[in-house]
Amino acid sequence: MTLLRVENVSKHFGSLVAVDKVSMTVEPGELRAVIGPNGAGKTTFFNLISGFLTQTSGKIIFDNEDISRVLPARRVWKGIARTFQITEVFPELTVRENLRIAVEVTAGYRLSPWLSSDADGEIRARVTELLDMGGLADKADRLVGEMSHGDQRATEIMMALALKPRLLLLDEPTAGMGDQETYDITQLIRKLHRDQKLTIVLIEHDMRVVFHLADRIMVLAEGKMLAEGTPKEIAASEAVQAAYLGKAAA
Amino acid sequence: MGRDLSKHAPNVVVWLLLLTVPLWLPEIPGGYTDLGSLIVVMALASMALNFLLGYTGVLSFGHAAYFGLGAYGVGLTIRYLVPSTGLGILIGTLAGTLAGAVIGPLIVRLRGVYFAMVTIAFGQVFYFIAFRWSNVTGGDDGLLNWTRQPLDFLVAQVDILHNSTAYYYFVLAIFAISVGVMAWLLRSPFGRTLIAIRENERRARFLGIPIDRHIWISWVISCGFVSLAGALYALNNNFVDPRALYWSQSGNFVIMAVLGGMRSFWGPLIGAAIFVYLQDKVSSMTENWMSFVGLFFVLVVLFFPRGVLGIIRRRAAA
Repeated sequence: MTLLRVENVSKHFGSLVAVDKVSMTVEPGELRAVIGPNGAGKTTFFNLISGFLTQTSGKIIFDNEDISRVLPARRVWKGIARTFQITEVFPELTVRENLRIAVEVTAGYRLSPWLSSDADGEIRARVTELLDMGGLADKADRLVGEMSHGDQRATEIMMALALKPRLLLLDEPTAGMGDQETYDITQLIRKLHRDQKLTIVLIEHDMRVVFHLADRIMVLAEGKMLAEGTPKEIAASEAVQAAYLGKAAA
Repeated sequence: MGRDLSKHAPNVVVWLLLLTVPLWLPEIPGGYTDLGSLIVVMALASMALNFLLGYTGVLSFGHAAYFGLGAYGVGLTIRYLVPSTGLGILIGTLAGTLAGAVIGPLIVRLRGVYFAMVTIAFGQVFYFIAFRWSNVTGGDDGLLNWTRQPLDFLVAQVDILHNSTAYYYFVLAIFAISVGVMAWLLRSPFGRTLIAIRENERRARFLGIPIDRHIWISWVISCGFVSLAGALYALNNNFVDPRALYWSQSGNFVIMAVLGGMRSFWGPLIGAAIFVYLQDKVSSMTENWMSFVGLFFVLVVLFFPRGVLGIIRRRAAA
């Protein structure tokens, strides 16, 4: 059973075609990477899947349901969670508070003016579980805005995970990070993919990360799909090399 | 335990000061108990605004509309319908809340300066209605010939008209309940979604929070408490005129919140105390009292962007 099927989606900004008739299918439990040179339309493609933007044409089917016109918050309810290229967290709250909000919303308490002590206990337990899983337990009471880039990114990923997603979209999870942080985040993603059997689609620039993690890779260039296949096939593809080298030579 | 104590200390100090206003306020220069009532009323209005501004991150420049609806609601009720303070407050508050609830969906999709501008525009609509509809509202002269009525507790009546102290405690009781409800909401899961929206709207949306709906609810709660404050304001003066609805009144609420510190729960109370005191004191000396308040405001915003309470907090932390 296919979890996500993107059919011929395009996104036009005026005369600019950012995404041009791209199709993709993602199976449950898969870890898919989307790569491509700068300006290839990767983030726009992500924004179409998460509902941040609406496609000009084409369809997005999630779990056999056409979600092409569904609002972002409702796509979250259906099980699509995402992170952003520039980390989006609640900077003036602690890690624990950041996660707590995500957990409460997911548990259906977003409109509750109060919580029973049972519900409160369950939420605290879930937050602790997420803190441990993300390696954030010792930083739980620090303000997120004052933490390192890597810890902020880990917080964002754990918030997305708090939503109990069926599909997790990660937009350049290691962007702007040093080697150690890149390694830590890569390990975290790998762990989530393995232990939680989570279906993940990620955009990434760092090829070490991509080839280390991905089951399959899709290559975008100038809004079009250039190639798709296993890491080995992609590494051997002349079209892909031409796209990257051509860009570098220009 | 020690940490718990320091967490509650500000609340204890604030409530002790508020409960003893009739004892100490008349002792300081230019202070009297009715001024205390006015401060508490304005603090309620400003804290209601701050529910939206400080805790949801949405700036309204039109809260005077709902404040004024509360004020006219109580005045018109007592003048034309029934001589009951309680019923008047109820009708005034309902009128303001209802207006907010109806106008809300038209504006909650807007953000930032657009939201602020449209709230001003709606506010001015109510101002002109009050101004023009003079055979009911008294127009520019205001609504005269009514006073707040004794409180009827079945077994006993309390005169709040001639007894300043009794009226002060009446206002304080309503203030306490309102502020308690707001504080309780802000500590609830719902309140945390509002803070989430303030902190990062994009993240909040992609946690699955329907932003516009939550802003609407916050807006209606805020309008509700500001119209309650408006009703008390009219009772305070035994009078209401269109200036209670004017956009500059909305600006005053914003000034109070920012002056005191909009990220602190009690900030707007401090701001209201400073503002109302200066208004009362300086306006008896010069016509241009607003320039002094303005100057003070500019200095605070320039040097202490977190308001007066922000300074005190930083001192305490250092």
